[in-house]
Formats: sequence, structure tokens, C-alpha cells
Amino acid sequence: MARRSIAIYGKGGIGKSTTTQNTVAALAEAGKKIMVVGCDPKADSTRLLLGGLAQKTVLDTLRDEGDEVDLDEVLRPGYGGVHCTESGGPEPGVGCAGRGIITSINLLEQLGAYETDLDYVFYDVLGDVVCGGFAMPMREGKAQEIYIVCSGEMMAMYAANNISKGIVKFAQAGGVRLGGIICNSRKVDNELEMISEFARQLGTQMIHFVPRDNDVQRAEINRKTVIEWRPECKQADEYRALARAIDQNKLFVVPTPLEISSLEKLLIDFGLVDDVSSSKEVVA
Amino acid sequence: MSKDPRVVKEELIQIYPKKLRQKRSEQIVVTEHREDGSVPEIKANVRSSPGIITQRGCTYAGCKGVVIGPSRDILSIVHGPIGCSFYAWLTRRNQTRPATLDDQNFITYCLSTDMQEENIVFGGEKKLKEAVREAFKLFNPKAIAIFSTCPVGLIGDDVHAVARDMKAELGINVFGFSCEGYRGVSQSAGHHIANNGVFKHIIGNNETPHEEKFKVNMLGEYNIGGDGFVLEDLLARCGIKQIATFSGNSTYDTMANAHTADLNIVMCHRSINYVAQMMETRFGIPWMKVNFIGAEASAKSLRRIAEYFEDAELSARVEQVIAEEMPAVEAKRAEVKARCQGKTAMLFVGGSRAHHYQMLFSEMGMKTIAAGYEFGHRDDYEGRKILPGLKVDADSRNIEEITVVPDPELYRARRTPEQVAKLEAMTELEFRDYIGMMPEMDDDVLVIDDLSHHETERLLEIYKPDIFCAGIKEKFGVQKMGIPCKQLHSYDYGGPYAGFRGAINFYHDIDRMVNMKIWSFVNPPWQPQAEQLKEVAAD
Repeated sequence: MARRSIAIYGKGGIGKSTTTQNTVAALAEAGKKIMVVGCDPKADSTRLLLGGLAQKTVLDTLRDEGDEVDLDEVLRPGYGGVHCTESGGPEPGVGCAGRGIITSINLLEQLGAYETDLDYVFYDVLGDVVCGGFAMPMREGKAQEIYIVCSGEMMAMYAANNISKGIVKFAQAGGVRLGGIICNSRKVDNELEMISEFARQLGTQMIHFVPRDNDVQRAEINRKTVIEWRPECKQADEYRALARAIDQNKLFVVPTPLEISSLEKLLIDFGLVDDVSSSKEVVA
Repeated sequence: MSKDPRVVKEELIQIYPKKLRQKRSEQIVVTEHREDGSVPEIKANVRSSPGIITQRGCTYAGCKGVVIGPSRDILSIVHGPIGCSFYAWLTRRNQTRPATLDDQNFITYCLSTDMQEENIVFGGEKKLKEAVREAFKLFNPKAIAIFSTCPVGLIGDDVHAVARDMKAELGINVFGFSCEGYRGVSQSAGHHIANNGVFKHIIGNNETPHEEKFKVNMLGEYNIGGDGFVLEDLLARCGIKQIATFSGNSTYDTMANAHTADLNIVMCHRSINYVAQMMETRFGIPWMKVNFIGAEASAKSLRRIAEYFEDAELSARVEQVIAEEMPAVEAKRAEVKARCQGKTAMLFVGGSRAHHYQMLFSEMGMKTIAAGYEFGHRDDYEGRKILPGLKVDADSRNIEEITVVPDPELYRARRTPEQVAKLEAMTELEFRDYIGMMPEMDDDVLVIDDLSHHETERLLEIYKPDIFCAGIKEKFGVQKMGIPCKQLHSYDYGGPYAGFRGAINFYHDIDRMVNMKIWSFVNPPWQPQAEQLKEVAAD
């Protein structure tokens, strides 16, 4: 099987890192060989896979060691043999974190991190695509598949729509495609139906609906994914289902981002059905 | 092909898309002197349009390259990747002459923080501090200036905080400039930023008094090709003490001492008028526009200075110096005029030079048939009288406006309000005023702001001027069309061109260029001429 490179985007705080790590754990459990590249200056994209182990970031290592960086200094094995690495970046308000991501992915390539026999590379990318640096994984063809983590909250959908615009831009130049929307439920009214419809209008699919479950939080407190912490629990099966859907996914599209008015209409049609009168005022 | 400037204007812009055509049609005007004394309005100091190939430079170039760079003992450190510093190294032919061999002279050095990717990612303030310390250890300068290049603004390095820290640590004057290249529509924004810095951090720091009767500062004279040396000599012979020059061959101490002068004379209005105005408000020193490009203009400028000081002895000395200088000027002029009379010139350069050099050409009997600035503003074309009606646009808001108030200790009005009113009423002076380029031009001449490459080529084809004056970026394209191009930024390898001696040099150099037969041989015999090529294309 050819290696698949996947980037996970989505609004800040939506649960990208948690979803990525649990999905990766499920894939690893199924025997896949995977590398996770954390692309967030906070460097918390691999915490659950590494059991909370503090990982020295690529950029910190680069700064301390100069050009003499060895791969094993920045690449640690985590749960199920997953290769974990964190790009890192400057402290808030200083320098350019976006450029840092470009630098660290280039270094990982130079060090041969991609040359091993991997089935998957996952990029967990900070928040929205705020600048060119954070678009790096999709911009230079590092990732071919994008999954957007989303919920039924308006700002999450708004961010997902914006990210889709970024995908359109880079799809024209390279081969990047949208693989689907992962709904990480916030228990919004009609969330499943609304996100399914949202995904349909984007030209893609809701690849899985991950229900809200406090087991995720419990596992996080234990610095583990639910797969590792309580493999038999219901939520672990949800992530296994998501992992399977991604593994078997065949639908890769150039998305068709929505106009803001269509996005608002969607929210009104699904989200505010009980309050039709006020929603009509909003539309007016 | 019609040479009517109104027809040519349409010809120049017809190729442009509609929006650009509209914009350029406001930036191209045909001169006329209206009955009410006004000249046509021109659109200037607006963004260059993508794709037109502009002559302009960036904000960093205006700040570091033009205004601060020519000073000889302020150590300039460029914070950024190496190219911005390297390609601004000794390119402007600003000359320096330290008083003694032991005096500091940093003009030949090129200092940069050589920013690397790591500094972009994690910020470059630490590296900048190290660079300042290292430079201090190596050179022991009185002052260090830090210049920001584009990435510095993008990643948010605080050069001013670094400057403050270093000033405290090293005990010398250290100041920073937020002159990132993209901050303005042209280098003009950099001039303003540099003016603000000079005013805030340098002027007023040196209290050395001077006994001389007639004390001036020369503003906007950058000693290209040695112009400043000629003028220093000229003023000295007239008995006028030149306290400071902004900034050719200047030193930190003289600039810091500038507030002890009694008059600021302004050469390049565009690049330095802010300092002149701020000094008047804070210290009570009035300013006056002068022009030492051209022998007649030089004589006029010396007389203006004498007029300001209202001193018979000074006037007599000025007349004596003019009388000493003029015979050689007139002899050379008579010689070249015989060959140059009636020839034509185009000037597209600077924010003052396109105006000033018209004087020299007219002294030679040559006619300016088109002119414009790279980075001038409307007042440089139309005169300062239009300033009250000028709107501040979004791009100009990028530049800090500093509020200036009279200095409680150092303010001393050099002239009473009555004297000021009298000086302002004298039409032969440009006292606190600049009348601009267009009022001094003939009618029916094209004036074009921010000339594009396409327009350059069309103008040359239509008018076939005998000489085109611009900068290095235009020079060789123009010369390939068989027309000599004189660089009026760097003077090519020539100069000085200021004052009386400079005028003689200019007559000589231009005579050689416009009467050189070689330009008629640009198309080699085995290559069809341009006209024939067109016929071939038509077939």
C-alpha cells in the first residue's frame, strides 16, 4: 500500500489533537505503521501517544544542536510504535511560528524521517489556516488528504468553510484533496443532520460522527488515548470506526466552499428550527 | 506621430486596462500657467500599479540609503537578511572627508545582522543585541543606528526596545528605525521616518556654542559626487558658518549641534522638509528653500541667504564670491552652448532633482520636454500652497507623526513675527515655502509622476530627446534605444555638479554626451533599423 499523508485541520479547541491521537491509536492497534507530526507551537499533539512524555521539539533541538541533529533526538516511539514528533515554535508574540513549521518539516525530510516503511503520516495543524506557514502541510504537497474536525457550532463550521477555501487554492496547484468532515459532537441540536448536509454542500462527506463522551477526558487525565486507557469502552469503538472509515476512504474531492449566506441558512434550517420567527428576522 | 503633449498623453496610456488608464491619466499632466496663478493638479505619492515597472525604491532605501547613510560616523546596522545591507553598500556615491586621518569614517563598512531562518522563527532581537555589542567593541562609535528590513516587521522584533537597552548598556546613543521596505508607497516614507528619528534622537544633544555671525544648516544635501564639498567651500568663502549638513559628509556631533544655527537652508525639499519644520517649531529656526544646482540658481540662493541675514557686509561678500566664480562658468557655458543650444532633455528622477537640473539644462540652452519625480508628492510639483487641502491617505498613516512643541529651554525665535511676515512677503525668496517644479516650467510640457517602463519607451520613440536623465535601473534600457542616459542619482562616475564649479562639470559632461556620435550607431549595420523591422512585421 502506498503511504498516505493526512493533515487534520479545524478551529482552535475543536479537538484536533485528541481526535488525531485516538484515531492514530486505533490505526496502530490495527497494525498500521504511523508517524504523527505535531504542527503547533504548543507542542501538545503527541502527548497522549507518548503517555505525557515531554518531547523536545524539532525547532528547539535545531536551535541547541545546530545542524548536528539526529533523528532519534526528535522522533520518539509512542503507543503502538507510532513515531511521534513535535515541530514546536517560538513563545507567543515572538518570531514566526508558520515559518517554524516549514523549517521543521524540511528538517524531518532531510533527516530521513519519511524514508522508513510508514503506512501513514499525520499532520496535526494549529487552529485555522492563519498564514502561509500553517498551510505548509497542504501547500507543498506534504499532505494529500485533509480531514477537517468540526462541530455544529457556527464558528467551527465557519472555520471549516475557510479551511476548505485554502484547500481549493492548493488543490489547483498540487494534489491535495478533502477526505471528509469529522464531526466531534458538542451536542448541538440536529448536529448529525446539519454536519451531514454541510459536508454534502461542501462536496464531501461526514466521515464519522464522534459522540461526546467523558471517557475521552478521563483518558486524557491519564495521559492516554481511550484506545490505550480502556480499549473495551464504547468511545474506543467510535475511534476505531473513524479509523476504519479513513482507512477505507475513497472519496477525495476539491471542496466547494459555501457562501456565507448559505452557511447561515444551513444553521437556521437545522439549528434554530424551534425558533423560526427570530431566525426569519436574522435572514431579513 | 504627433508630438502634441495632449495627444502623446493619450498615446501613453491607451494600452492600459481601464482602471489603470484612469489612474495614470491623473498622474500625467500637461503644464500650463493659469490666470489665477495655479498649475494643474497631479496625482502623486500613490501606490505604483502592479506590472508597470516602476523606478521607485523602498522605504528602507529612503531611510538608510538616502538620509542616514551619508553620515560618516553614525554606525549603521541593518537588521535583516544580508541582501538588504549588501545591495545598499556604497551604491549612492556619497562622499566623505574626515577632518583628520584619525577621525572615524564608517561609510565604507557594511554591517548586517545577517538574519537566518532560525532568527525568523524565534525572533531576532537577541542576535541584534549581539550585533550592536560586537559593533560597539570593534568600532567604538558615538552613535549606532538600527534599520529594520521587511521581515523584522513581519515577525515583530522590537528594534526600539533593543536600542533603548543597548543605549543604557553601552552608554552611547543607539536608535532604531521602523523603516521596513513595505511601509510606504516609495522611498519617500523612509525619508519621513528618518527625519523623525534624527529629530527625536540626535538634534539638540550637543550644546557647543558658536560665535560666528551667520550660522546655517544645509538640509537635504547628500554629497553625491562631492556636491557637498563644493557647497561647504562656497559658504565658507562667503563667511557663512555651516553648523550641520543633513547628511552628506556629516558627523553625529554636528547634527546634534544643529539647533545652534539661525537658518535652515533646504536643498531637497522632499527628503528633509519634515526636519526643517520640526526644528522651527521646537527651536525657532526658520527654513528657506534654496537650490545650488545651476550657476544662476546658486547665485540666487546665496543672495537669498544674505537677504535673510540683512547684513551689508555679507551681501558684499556674496556678490564678490559670485563675481569670482562667474567668469569661468560663463566661458564654459559659451563654449558648450554653441553645440547644445536647442537640444532636448527629459528628467525622471528623485523628488527634487527633476526640478533642480532643469536650471542647468536651460543655462546650456537646452529645453526640458518632459519631467517627473519618482517619489515626489503633490507639493513638490505644485508648491506647498496646496498643502492645506491635501488629504492624508491610508499609506501615509503608516508613518509616525510626531507632535512638536517649543523647547522650554532651547527655543529662541530667530526672527520676530514682523520680520517673518516681511520675509514671507518677498516673492524672490521661498521663505518657509517651496513653489514646486511645475510653476518654473514652460507651458505645454508633459509632467509624469512615477513614470513606467512602457511610458519611458514610448516617450523616447515619440520625442527622441537628446538626453534622458534617470537612475541605474533605467540607464541601459534607454541607451539601447540610442539615447544617452545620465544618472542623476549617482552622477554615473562624474560630479560634483552643485554650485559654480559643479555647473562647469555638468556643462562639460552633458556636452560630451549629447554631442557624442556613437549613439547614432546603436543599431549595427547588419541589423535592420527599427522602422524597417516594423515594415517587416507589418508584412
